[in-house]
Amino acid sequence: MDLTAMVDLAFLLVTFFMLTTTLNKPKAMDLAMPDKNEQTHEQEPIAASRTMTLLLGDNNRLEWFIGVPGESLTPPTVSGYGKNDLRKVLIEQQQKIKGQTGKDMFVIIKPSDKSVYKNMVDALDEMHIANIQLYAIVDITPVEVDLLKRDHIY
Amino acid sequence: MPRVKIPRKSTAIDMTAMCDVAFLLLTFFILTAKPKSEDPVPVDTPGSISEAPLPEKDLATLTVGKGKVFFGVEGFEIRKELLQQMGTKYNIGFTANELKEFANMNTIGVPVQQIKQYLNMDPEQRKAVAQPGIPSDTTGTSELYNWIHEARIVTKNLDNQELRFTIKGDSKEEYPTLQRIIAIMQKQEVNKFSLITSLRKQ
Repeated sequence: MDLTAMVDLAFLLVTFFMLTTTLNKPKAMDLAMPDKNEQTHEQEPIAASRTMTLLLGDNNRLEWFIGVPGESLTPPTVSGYGKNDLRKVLIEQQQKIKGQTGKDMFVIIKPSDKSVYKNMVDALDEMHIANIQLYAIVDITPVEVDLLKRDHIY
Repeated sequence: MPRVKIPRKSTAIDMTAMCDVAFLLLTFFILTAKPKSEDPVPVDTPGSISEAPLPEKDLATLTVGKGKVFFGVEGFEIRKELLQQMGTKYNIGFTANELKEFANMNTIGVPVQQIKQYLNMDPEQRKAVAQPGIPSDTTGTSELYNWIHEARIVTKNLDNQELRFTIKGDSKEEYPTLQRIIAIMQKQEVNKFSLITSLRKQ
């Protein structure tokens, strides 16, 4: 009996199932939020000089600075999320802070009401790419919203 | 020197073994394939380089899109038990048939008071109805809070495992919606969860 046609069909189906099953697996990215309730166990405050804040604004733009708002050590800079924007900044600042203090940089991600979910995921993704171990997502403060407004990305 | 005469063979090959292998593979892929669960709203997950696969069990998914939140738990038994618990909480009695229907559903996005009505529709009707999403506010007693809370208790009782939470959000979803549901989870000290992303190249 000639099975050629049957084998053809079977392999076609095999190919179809292979392509549809393996490529569609969703991936998960783990995220741990800072504990809100426990005020009791005090953590050591992290020096402002090695804290970088990312303020996520509208239209896929963000603003970053080192230190605390108002008296930041670098002027707040508007940037994008791309390979040549955020990633470059993160790696540069990471090295700079490592050189100055000998410790790792701490990044605080503050999504504003105008940012979208993708921005948050992108920012977290860049943390993984730039190999930054210390980061947290924190609610934005009115002072920082004003900063975003001033730079027209809110 | 006399040439060795190569006997001419027929071009017909016996395909039986090949056919067997092909069908074996086919069966394997069909059996391992998981039917893609329908999302109640179109969700376009953002890309990331993360390659961690999702766990299969003891998992709750919060689907977020268009400002609405949908809730789903893996596992037939867990879902059944969960609906019963929610019924006791809100004083709604569910019939065995309704429980069975609910156990077959991946995600739910209607307020508790409308679930009975929703479960009694036939599948065609159900598709046509736009689910309004689960009411969620940060007061601490919102329906979403209770769904999450009950689901955690039920999983603990049945499987003796902590329920893991994943967020499946649309890339264009505005952050306040996410902030709200994260706040709801943090209220019950769920500080760790996974975000579902699709794979992206660096």
